[in-house]
Amino acid sequence: MASSFAESGADLELVGITKRFPGFTAIDHLDLTIPAGSFFALLGPSGCGKTTTLRLIAGLEDPTAGRILIGGKDVTNTKSYRRPVNTVFQSYALFPHMTIIENVAFGLKRRGIQNPMGLAHEALRLVELDHLAQRRPSQLSGGQQQRVALARAVVNRPALLLLDEPLGALDLKLRRQMQIELKQIQGDVGLTFLHVTHDQEEAMTMADTIAVMNKGEIEQMGAPEELYELPRTAFVANFLGQSNLFTGPVITSKGDTLVVDIAGRKLEVPRDRAQRHAGEVTIGVRPEKLALLTDEPKQEAGVNLVGPGRVVDVSFSGVSTQYQVQVPGLGLMTVFSQNMVFGPVVNVGAEVWLTWGVEHGFGLADDPATAPRFEPDEDTSQIATQRRERLETEFEEA
Amino acid sequence: MAFGAFSSATPVAAEPAVRRRSPIALFLLLPGALYLSLFFLVPFVSLILTSFQAPREFGDIGQYDYAFKWENYVAVIQTYLPHILRSFGYAAIATVLALLFSYPLAYFIGVKLRRYPLWQALALTLVIAPFFISFLLRTLAWKQILSDEGPVVSALQALTVLPEGAHITGTPVAVIFGLTYNFIPFMTLPIYTSLERLDLRYVEAGGDLYASPATTFLRVTVPLSLPGIISGTLLTFIPASGDYINASRDFLGSTDTAMIGNVIEANFLQLQNYPAAAALSIVLMAVILVFVSVYVKRSGTEELL
Repeated sequence: MASSFAESGADLELVGITKRFPGFTAIDHLDLTIPAGSFFALLGPSGCGKTTTLRLIAGLEDPTAGRILIGGKDVTNTKSYRRPVNTVFQSYALFPHMTIIENVAFGLKRRGIQNPMGLAHEALRLVELDHLAQRRPSQLSGGQQQRVALARAVVNRPALLLLDEPLGALDLKLRRQMQIELKQIQGDVGLTFLHVTHDQEEAMTMADTIAVMNKGEIEQMGAPEELYELPRTAFVANFLGQSNLFTGPVITSKGDTLVVDIAGRKLEVPRDRAQRHAGEVTIGVRPEKLALLTDEPKQEAGVNLVGPGRVVDVSFSGVSTQYQVQVPGLGLMTVFSQNMVFGPVVNVGAEVWLTWGVEHGFGLADDPATAPRFEPDEDTSQIATQRRERLETEFEEA
Repeated sequence: MAFGAFSSATPVAAEPAVRRRSPIALFLLLPGALYLSLFFLVPFVSLILTSFQAPREFGDIGQYDYAFKWENYVAVIQTYLPHILRSFGYAAIATVLALLFSYPLAYFIGVKLRRYPLWQALALTLVIAPFFISFLLRTLAWKQILSDEGPVVSALQALTVLPEGAHITGTPVAVIFGLTYNFIPFMTLPIYTSLERLDLRYVEAGGDLYASPATTFLRVTVPLSLPGIISGTLLTFIPASGDYINASRDFLGSTDTAMIGNVIEANFLQLQNYPAAAALSIVLMAVILVFVSVYVKRSGTEELL
């Protein structure tokens, strides 16, 4: 049992974890290793199994199959109160019958740590709430309760800290502030953080490594930049930011680039950025990589050109402007353009050409026959719903 | 006409809301206030006056005059101190036993059966079911079951737990058993109400913070269900202290187990010593009031209540 503080964070290893509930499988044969001291985010839409994963690690659920190792020690059959793990619950779960300081000192007292009150005050100072130590949780605002929940978990110096959408209930400004504070605390105390969220922006801001989870499986894992610049699946391409995706057959696959025929246009994508090199493939490009031109440019090597298309929507958002361009044969494409000049460059109805450097394209691993083509949408739950509906129709057809 | 009435009402609506609301609040309180003054305040004053009465000079038994004879209190406390102590002793033991029995029951129904609403409803109905039969009949039934020829005594004698010729009825055991049995629903229901609302995420948080299931129960579950425990113990202890059915010779008790309620009954109805009965009633009430206020204060649950 963890009777002293963890010296540092510990590795977490999930081996073949499966969790079935009556009627459905929440997690299917999940393998995951989180190195010690990292800030790891498990990102996915609601119902993808990420919270179940967290509860399994905390010991609040038992896996149907598989093993959980923390710091190399098998804890699969260890009860939650014996695991060197603490959780910041989505609901905070602060004990309403105790004061703030009693809440924070609770775990320390249970483990018989020396000077629990002093350490609890220290932890409250870390989240800048020491002046409220004698209050009850109900007397605090949501943001303050969240910080107390964090202090209550961090004060135990667990080898592994689990965060279950802890910022979900906060307003945008407070969330930004807490994101920075959390990141700072993680750096200060050097613990392993496992953060579960459905907010892709939050995951990208805070985590060293992101695992995108979908339907109980990890679709892709890597550093935020890596996941964003080189998504492997359509799900990742659209869950993490937006993408313009096109599907067509590979015409030539010689040298460093693949040439793909998309509705009669030849689009190139670097061979090392494509997951599939033959047959029908789906390729994509991020909206901010596109350049919007009002005159037809010359076809150049190393640049993909599509157009002419017609601008159907312009929305100005301060830093950038989002254009929706209808390109015959390719469908609706999204372009983010930095507002380097005053206001939008073109208006609705304008005829435009779109270009992007070949090096920015990526090829997905999905089988194009099943790869869903998403409408660009920032609402993740809607994306998830669309994907589920599409899969359901496929199942019916099959 | 009707429109005219409405228009004339408009200035009234412009008056401050507080002033308009207070007569309605008073009106709503009226039935309750009337009821309380008629059936509590008047009898209570009458009881106090009776408790200071002195026997009428040259009068018959049962004839008293209004006086200020405070010695009545000294007399009843001196005479009936064993009964007073016995009452609170029995009531306290019965309350503790009822709590020990009811808490697990309430926990099972309120927490474990949460996922099965049908079973939960059925179990609750079973807890309330005894109320469908009169309290007196149920206690009489227990008298039969526990009687010297009854199955319990015979079985215990066959197992040589009880010697030949032993009794259960008429002993403190039978009285405390009867009190416990009769008040279990009053203990179970308030505790159930607290536990049914208990957010299990607090229990999970306890486990997450290194508290073993036993510690979590003591530090989280029990404090969070304290309002139910307090209501249940009060609903059991107060009526049990004044109970005169279980301890009565006609039911489970004997003269050796007479409680304060039996003494009050005897003084009022048999001895016709009304001042003594009234003084005892007020002593009972005062002691309970002190007990309850100390109890509620000590458990520190004013804000939870």
